[in-house]
Amino acid sequence: MVKTLMFGLAVLFGMLAGPRLAAQATSPSVESSNSGTAIAKPAESANDRLARLEQQVADAKGSADNAWMLTSAALVLMMTGPGLALFYGGLVRKKNVLATMMQSFGMMALITVVWALVGYSLCFGAGNSFIGGLHNLFLRGVGAQPDADYAGTIPAQTFMIYQLMFAIITPALITGAFAERMKFSAMALFMVLWSLVVYSPMAHMVWGKGGLLNASLGGLFPTLDFAGGTVVHVTSGVSALVCALYLGRRIGYPKTPMPPHSVVLSFIGACLLWVGWFGFNAGSALGSGSLATSAFVATHFGAAAAVIGWCAAEWLRNGKPSALGAISGAVAGLVAITPAAGFVGPMPALIIGLVAGIFCYWMVAKVKARFGYDDTLDAFGVHGAGGTIGALLTGVFASSAINPIFKDPKGTTLASGVLEGNPHQLLNQFVGVAIAWVLAAVGTLVILKVVDVIVGLRVSEEQEIQGLDLSQHGEEGYYWEVSA
Amino acid sequence: MTKIEAIIRTSKLDDVKEALHEIGVEGMTVLEVRGHGRQKGHTEFYRGQEYTVDLIPKTKLELILSDALAEKAVQAIMTAARTGKIGDGKIFLSRVDDVIRIRNEERGEGAL
Repeated sequence: MVKTLMFGLAVLFGMLAGPRLAAQATSPSVESSNSGTAIAKPAESANDRLARLEQQVADAKGSADNAWMLTSAALVLMMTGPGLALFYGGLVRKKNVLATMMQSFGMMALITVVWALVGYSLCFGAGNSFIGGLHNLFLRGVGAQPDADYAGTIPAQTFMIYQLMFAIITPALITGAFAERMKFSAMALFMVLWSLVVYSPMAHMVWGKGGLLNASLGGLFPTLDFAGGTVVHVTSGVSALVCALYLGRRIGYPKTPMPPHSVVLSFIGACLLWVGWFGFNAGSALGSGSLATSAFVATHFGAAAAVIGWCAAEWLRNGKPSALGAISGAVAGLVAITPAAGFVGPMPALIIGLVAGIFCYWMVAKVKARFGYDDTLDAFGVHGAGGTIGALLTGVFASSAINPIFKDPKGTTLASGVLEGNPHQLLNQFVGVAIAWVLAAVGTLVILKVVDVIVGLRVSEEQEIQGLDLSQHGEEGYYWEVSA
Repeated sequence: MTKIEAIIRTSKLDDVKEALHEIGVEGMTVLEVRGHGRQKGHTEFYRGQEYTVDLIPKTKLELILSDALAEKAVQAIMTAARTGKIGDGKIFLSRVDDVIRIRNEERGEGAL
């Protein structure tokens, strides 16, 4: 018995060692033939050598940029799921937790498909001042080759997938306004249309080739929007307000108390949003250089100052700083610093964050109550208000030392913001914000009408009381088991 | 036999349990409940919106005891659960006609 085992082991060892021994035996001859060819090769000219080195340097930079951009894309997706899904999911009542999470998660699937077919082309394809053309339909021509107009060091496909994550989270933000009362079918149809009718033109105007508001590619009204203050937050926030007004209040609002069913879930979600936002803002540098660092730093400082702003306001008014207030403040600060991230230094970032924290608290605590609209999870109060104030303050604090975006025909850097001596920039920011407001309001209203006619927007009263988890999805977030 | 229903401060449950064990009480049922008597609730703020929570979390004990033990148990609960402030709770006593042990169909005080 022992003998058989020993024999077996010996055979096994022989099998493992065999090829390695054989390789060792042959390797010296391979090496000698290699060195032989190197000697035979003619000497490389200095120019060739330089060209080869330049190519290698460019390749190395491309790889570094690409690594950061793919990481950023993943971070931005993480903001929607699980970040926003948890943040919003915790804020609703228990009976609506899954339906609310599904609205965010649904965007990850729906908008992705829309993006692949037409969305990317409408946003970033060459077109007119308002919307992209159809050249990149079905992602035609979007491959490994960089698009120098957008990001010259990363594959166009990386740029495309990175931008997709923005197109996903933007409509997902709106879902906070109509939470707990909209049909899932209506929500899905609304979002597909919204993505095409509101998001695509806005993204094209601000970031696309030939866009009306594009600051780096010579738009008529160059609006500074580093990572989507107008494109993402003003459009989603204003659309959210229109949705809240059009759908009306939830049954029982504001008489019946509807406190969040789990601030714990929201807390985790908000922390994921904060981390994910580094991909959102620092990734918007579209490279891994010092501009990404600057945006990263501004993002973090903006969020921190806004937590303090919101909590201080709350502490003064209610006597206690709340956990929900702290995380809401963080999100408000992140929203406000989004357009400014790549244009301002750390100190203006602190100011923008602080202002946004206080302003957004006032919007959700006072203004909402005053007007009585049921913006369920404060998508307008945080994203609409924070995005607007952030976009305007960007025009004040933008610095050419951080990001020399404006140049005269000779290539000399021009002043960026008001404090640097470019008061005109505030006007440009106003134009950008105003266009975002009007496009979002009108577009959303039209889409709501259309969807209302086709499928109807609101669930029935009975379904609303039962909860959307059961009535829309046939399941419950927290199943109560009778027998353990 | 007497049924004791005692609504007490949740923070006093351990003290009450201990006091009951000391006088020889062998079984009890404990429930987490919400309600209010004279004690005022508290307010909560969610994003500036004020909610009044008037149903306060309390703990409820249910015990069925022989009449002799019941009086001692009431004393024990009162001593252990008292802080002297509004919100200490209440004790309700009622008569119980019969008790049945499911295992062997034993009835009356012997089944307690």
